[in-house]
Amino acid sequence: MAEAAGVAAEFFASNRARAARAVLDQVVLPGEELLLPEQEDGEGPGGAGERPLRLNAGARSRVRVVCGPGLRRCGDRLLVTKCGRLRHREPGGGGGGVYWVDSQQKRYVPVKGDHVIGIVTAKSGDIFKVDVGGSEPASLSYLAFEGATKRNRPNVQVGDLIYGQFVVANKDMEPEMVCIDSCGRANGMGVIGQDGLLFKVTLGLIRKLLAPDCEILQEVGKLYPLEIVFGMNGRIWVKAKTIQQTLILANILEACEHMTADQRKQIFSRLAES
Amino acid sequence: MRGGPSGGARRRAGLSMAAEHKTKLSKNLLRMKFMQRGLDSETKKQLEEEEKKIISEEHWYLDLPELKEKESFIIEEQSFLLCEDLLYGRMSFRGFNPEVEKLMLQMNAKNKEEVVEDETVELDVSDEEMARRYETLVGTIGKKFAKKRDRANYEEDENGDIKPVKAKKMFLKPQD
Repeated sequence: MAEAAGVAAEFFASNRARAARAVLDQVVLPGEELLLPEQEDGEGPGGAGERPLRLNAGARSRVRVVCGPGLRRCGDRLLVTKCGRLRHREPGGGGGGVYWVDSQQKRYVPVKGDHVIGIVTAKSGDIFKVDVGGSEPASLSYLAFEGATKRNRPNVQVGDLIYGQFVVANKDMEPEMVCIDSCGRANGMGVIGQDGLLFKVTLGLIRKLLAPDCEILQEVGKLYPLEIVFGMNGRIWVKAKTIQQTLILANILEACEHMTADQRKQIFSRLAES
Repeated sequence: MRGGPSGGARRRAGLSMAAEHKTKLSKNLLRMKFMQRGLDSETKKQLEEEEKKIISEEHWYLDLPELKEKESFIIEEQSFLLCEDLLYGRMSFRGFNPEVEKLMLQMNAKNKEEVVEDETVELDVSDEEMARRYETLVGTIGKKFAKKRDRANYEEDENGDIKPVKAKKMFLKPQD
C-alpha cells in the first residue's frame, strides 16, 4: 500500500508520462500515460547519448505493439484504464510485444474467443439463452453443436451447464456463443455432464490457476480422481466420486486465492493424511 | 376496292414514316449488343463512360474532406488469451474422465506447438517408375472412355506408345 501511495504521489507531482519499460510489474493507476520504448529517445534526459546515430533519423522502424486488457491507445501512448500491475510479454515472432494490466475483478465482461461456462435459462425457437455472468444472456444456436442438424437436435434442457466460446462479444451487440470450433469439432465443448458443483470465484484466480506452471492444480490432482472445468467468466465446475470430496475441492479452490504457499501446503498435507 | 380500315392505316403510317426519316430508338435499345456492332471503338468508349457516369452519380457518398488515416502501431485487444499462455479449461486427474484427459494432452500440446517430426516414408516404387506407369495408364483408361471418333486419336505408334492427342476441331464463331 505504501508503494502504491508513493507511486501516486510521484505521478501527481510530476504529471509526466513514464516509460512503460520502467514501470513493469509495478502498480499503475487509471489515467496514467505510458510511453512505448521507441518514444523515450527525445523525452528522457539521458536518451540522446545512448542511441547510436541512424541514417534516416526521421523514419523510425515501428513495431506493432498490442495493448491488452486494462490499457487503451491514446495517440502514440498507452493509457491505463484499470489499476493493477503492468505486465509485458515478448513475442515469439513478429513485432512488438504485449502489454497488459494484471487487475482483479469479479464481474465478467464477454470477450471474443473466451471459453466460458454458461447456464441455459431459456429455449426460444432456434436458440438457447445462456447466462454467462455478463450484462445480457448470450445466445447459442442449436446448430452450434458437433453433429447437430435440423433433424438431429442436441439434447439441451433449461438448467444445463454449457462450456462454449464466444464468437461475437462487443459492447454494441448481444454476445453469441458456440460449442464448436472453426473446424466444426467439439473439442470438449458442449453440455457438461451430470452432478458436480458450480461455484464462482474472481477472474484473477481463474487465470492464476490456468497458468502453465500452477502448483495448486498439480497438488490438487494428486489427492483423488476428479474433474474440473474452468470458465473464464469466473465459474468453476468440479466433480469427484463422493459429495464430500467435491465439497472439499470447492473449498480449497475458493480459499487458495488468499492463502500463502505454506498454508496451502499444510492443508494439503492434512488432507493427504486423512 | 376498299382495303378496309387496316389498309388505310398502313398507308397512312407509311406516309408518316417517309416524312420523318428517323425513328427515335430508345437508349436501352441502342445499348444492346446488336446495335453496337456497327459503331466505332471510340463511340463505344464514349457510351461506356456515359454509363459509368450514370452509375457513379447514383451512388451515394459522404461529402467530407479527406481525412488522412494515421497508421497506428498499437493494436487494442481485450482478450487475455494473447497475453498469457493459459491451459485448456477442462481438466481431469487420475483417470476420472479418460476422454477429457486425452483432450488435455491434445489441446495443451497444440498450445505449446510441439513439432512432430515428419518421418520420411521409404518409397517402394521410385518416382521415375511411377511417372512412367502413370503416363501409359492415362492413355489406356482414356481409350476405354473415349467415343468412337476420339479413339482415332489414340492410335498406337510402331513402338506401342500412344500418339499425342490431336487438337479437336471446334465450332468457330463467325466474325462480324
